[in-house]
Amino acid sequence: MSLLSNTSALLGKELRTEFRSRELLTTTVVFILMVIVLFSFTFDPTSAESRRFGPGLLWLAFLFAASLMLQACFLREQTNDTLSALRLSVDDPFAIFLAKLAANTFFLLLTEFLLLPIFSVLYNVPVLPVLGWLILVLFLGSLGVSIAGTALSAISAQARMRELLLPLLLLPLLTPVLVASTEVTKALLDPAPYVSWKGIGFLAVFDLVFLTALWLFGEYLLEE
Amino acid sequence: MTRAASHSTGIRFENINKRYGGLYALRRLTLEITAGECVALAGRNGSGKTTLLRIAARLVRPSAGSLMFPSTQQSGATSRVQTGFVAHATMVYDELTAEENLTLFARLQGTADVQKRVDTLLQDVGLSDRRSSLVRTFSRGMRQRVAIARALLEEPSVLLLDEPATGLDPHGAAWLAGTLRRLRDAGCTILMSVHGESEISSLATRGIRLDAGRVVADTKAGASLQSILTFADA
Repeated sequence: MSLLSNTSALLGKELRTEFRSRELLTTTVVFILMVIVLFSFTFDPTSAESRRFGPGLLWLAFLFAASLMLQACFLREQTNDTLSALRLSVDDPFAIFLAKLAANTFFLLLTEFLLLPIFSVLYNVPVLPVLGWLILVLFLGSLGVSIAGTALSAISAQARMRELLLPLLLLPLLTPVLVASTEVTKALLDPAPYVSWKGIGFLAVFDLVFLTALWLFGEYLLEE
Repeated sequence: MTRAASHSTGIRFENINKRYGGLYALRRLTLEITAGECVALAGRNGSGKTTLLRIAARLVRPSAGSLMFPSTQQSGATSRVQTGFVAHATMVYDELTAEENLTLFARLQGTADVQKRVDTLLQDVGLSDRRSSLVRTFSRGMRQRVAIARALLEEPSVLLLDEPATGLDPHGAAWLAGTLRRLRDAGCTILMSVHGESEISSLATRGIRLDAGRVVADTKAGASLQSILTFADA
């Protein structure tokens, strides 16, 4: 059974179970919405302030929401020991990671696309002229968050203080992604928008390095 | 329902140690199960039965020692012997239906003609009429039936069962005993943990009792199966 067909079967399972329960999507959408709405009252939407602080606020909200989402990622597999069933069934355990990180990226992007128009309206920041570039940044940033987060979720799910461990490991590790994503988003939302290739390059390299590490060492993260 | 195992495979545990922190679950355990044997594993709670089964399933790596599957002569860490495993937990998804669970695992295992195999197994475990119900709506016994069906999806050459009759009613237990009998007769190697004498434990061609992570009685060494299962000589 090839890696791709196993990944697609597992991705189908991830999507089906989430769309049935809607646990993760509801939590993340509500969390990001609350952050965006609450902070919109602290900025003057007509000033340049919102352009300066908006991107950082947006990515911080995405990051915290992602940590909520990622917490459940491997924890769900513990309930009935389904992770053991998956390990027994797949030839390459990387398929398990690949499906989970693809699902996490998809859910995160879905949440971001749902809330981007609200951010644009509340903070008076037009996103349509740079939408294509913005989608690229959201994709690369969300992918980075998902790759590192999925790996750490596998580690923390087997630990005793799992609820505390994931954010403790995740937030420092993702600080570079947060900084780069914020910088690129800020440049795109500038009154004179430009593309920060340095930031985009950094995000692409981060994703590639962590994906390779996950491919090489992922199997050990699943062991009891 | 039971198709013959494609080939017989034995299990060889050599000097297996398994420690959890300072606690030994298994101590220098050496055991050879020949291909086609049906072994009943008895022992008190915490004697190491579940750990031994999880090591045999390659879900747990031993702290020391090696695991071999003699017919393939490959290290357990690298080979994927066709192993069916029924654990304490059901190992199926509550948010999927019985059919979706079996289809998912059949696809992952590369089972040929997935739909036909799933239909046959659902029929055999008596869940055809509930195939589209979410597993979370099932009773413990029904979940156990799905768990057993999942373990039998691929023609297993080694079947590992951790108290497989848990939650099954007498009808279910009789069905399981019939299924195991057919698998045993087809040459499948079976290692199952059991408590006391039952229709299922009576299928065993060999009995082994563990205590504190060591083999303390074996029918191959002259003990009777009944004494092993009932702790009569303990």
